[in-house]
Amino acid sequence: MTVVALRPKAQSMPNATPKNVIDVKDLSLVFQTNDGPVNALSNINLAVDGGEFVSFIGPSGCGKTTLLRVIADLEQPTSGAISVNGMTPSEARQKRAYGYVFQAAALYPWRTIGGNISLPLEVMGVPKAERASRIAKNLELVNLAGFEKKFPWQLSGGMQQRASIARALSFDPDMLLMDEPFGALDEIVRDHLNEQLLKLWAKTQKTVIFVTHSIPEAVFLSTKIVVMSPRPGRIHEIIDCNLGTERTLDIRETPEFLEIAHRVREGLRHGHSYDE
Amino acid sequence: MRLSRSPLAIAAFLLAVPGLLISSGGDVFDTLTYSTPVILFVAAAVAMFTSVSIPSLVVVLVLVHVVAFCLIGLLHAMPQPPGPSIGYWCMVASSWLLAWFSVQNLAGLKLASPQAQRLVNLALPVLFGAWLLILWEIIVRGFGVPSILLPPPSMIAERISSSVPTLWADFQQTYLKAAIAGYAIGCGSGFLAAIIVDRVPFLRRGLLPIGNLVAALPVVGIAPIMVMWFGSYWESKAAVVVIMTFFPMLVNTVAGLAASGAMERDLMQTYGSSYGQTLLKLRLPAAMPFIFNALKINSTLALIGAIVAEFFGSPIVGMGFRISAEVGRMNVDMVWAEIFAAALAGSLSYGLITLVERAVTFWHPSYRT
Repeated sequence: MTVVALRPKAQSMPNATPKNVIDVKDLSLVFQTNDGPVNALSNINLAVDGGEFVSFIGPSGCGKTTLLRVIADLEQPTSGAISVNGMTPSEARQKRAYGYVFQAAALYPWRTIGGNISLPLEVMGVPKAERASRIAKNLELVNLAGFEKKFPWQLSGGMQQRASIARALSFDPDMLLMDEPFGALDEIVRDHLNEQLLKLWAKTQKTVIFVTHSIPEAVFLSTKIVVMSPRPGRIHEIIDCNLGTERTLDIRETPEFLEIAHRVREGLRHGHSYDE
Repeated sequence: MRLSRSPLAIAAFLLAVPGLLISSGGDVFDTLTYSTPVILFVAAAVAMFTSVSIPSLVVVLVLVHVVAFCLIGLLHAMPQPPGPSIGYWCMVASSWLLAWFSVQNLAGLKLASPQAQRLVNLALPVLFGAWLLILWEIIVRGFGVPSILLPPPSMIAERISSSVPTLWADFQQTYLKAAIAGYAIGCGSGFLAAIIVDRVPFLRRGLLPIGNLVAALPVVGIAPIMVMWFGSYWESKAAVVVIMTFFPMLVNTVAGLAASGAMERDLMQTYGSSYGQTLLKLRLPAAMPFIFNALKINSTLALIGAIVAEFFGSPIVGMGFRISAEVGRMNVDMVWAEIFAAALAGSLSYGLITLVERAVTFWHPSYRT
């Protein structure tokens, strides 16, 4: 069970061999609230290939986080179809297909950094020796080697968020789902973490879905930008964005970068003009 | 020479002067009668005319406690009535103000070494307690308060030291048997009930209001019924303690289990974690501050319950039995001795739980270092 759980790729690839890691068709989600129904997502169609870096961008209330949570099986769609790794989101979650990074680090304060990274491994029944080597490896990956014995509250916000990324990577999932992971951090730390995330993505070859409301962040990181708009939450436009694999922060001054950023901004403005 | 600006020191000095001039009462004139006002005057002068520093505070503290000791000694030579005169009470007021002055300045000191700071932190409550006892002793004996109303601490201490075997037997009966057994069963079952209530939603709506009702039952009503059910030995007292401690533990644990954040629970969900894993790795650790809160509340409730329950039928041993029996025989000093034993046991168990709490919930913002 352990081996299966830790290698969902090996499990699902031979029989299903999905071309698209994520396939969303005509998906809608309506929240029933006290003020009546809210169309959080309406007619979403989206396909994500393996190894892509896809950003969801849009103003608050456009459903970008909700869509990510539907992929993660943390929300249930009202209608439409969705498959993750060729399975239902629920099956994919049970097979530990993705690591989820929340807006806040959500590290457990009673566990050390090492203990927090060990948490998913304990849940999944990884033996102790294996856990130790994975903790060391993933702390190295996010440049936190030597902080294993520290407690979360002894670290800065940026370091805590890096630890939470190491935690999401510790069980080697195919996918990384990130919900505004750097939203609460200042711009200098954020730029630095963006660069590190890009290197990490190149190194691990994982599929990343990244929710953000920052245009430069989306353009800098993504291979595909999904521009969303609110009321009802829907996809306004999908912009391809490939600025090459060897990106540094300097790329943000180049005409190609500025042009894509301009297109994203236009898309956001167009989507937004509905309610004005 | 520079005057201390503290009104406490000025008042203490002004009260020390009449101590020198006016007789303190009584008819014996020995060294003690003459030296006490002089030592007090020296202490007041030090407080008044030197600047506040550790050496001067230590000198004042030492002298003022010598004075307190002498003042209590002087009471022997002052038969009731009329008891001590105005000069004596001036000295009492002066030495009390001096002690107040030193404690206040000691508390305000910022010490460099942590050991010294710890010593001061320990000294403050000790000095407070000591002066409570000193004034209690002097006022009760000086005004000739009947010992039925309030015995002086010296009389209670004498009673404690002369009846250690009785006190120990009572303590065993009431605390080591009834209170601890009831506490363990009450807290344990409250905890288990909370887990079940949390797991089964209809119980939360059905059982919690009824639990609330049980918590509102008066001990004096429950205790005689438990004596009828379980006999007059310690089991019936343990049953009362179980009823008293069950509900605080239930409510606190239920609240604690709800204390973990939505994000932390979503995180466990993304790992495909089972109910039991989420309970053990997230919800119970997050509930620990609440659970310890209940353990602390219950530690005092258990002792109160066990003592009060003994009023309604018990063998001829136990703290509650002793209190009710000795009150009837007007042996108030024995009642106070039992009160002292109960207070000591209660504070020690409370302190022990607090120590364990600090070790377990070291991560909580109120304890982080």
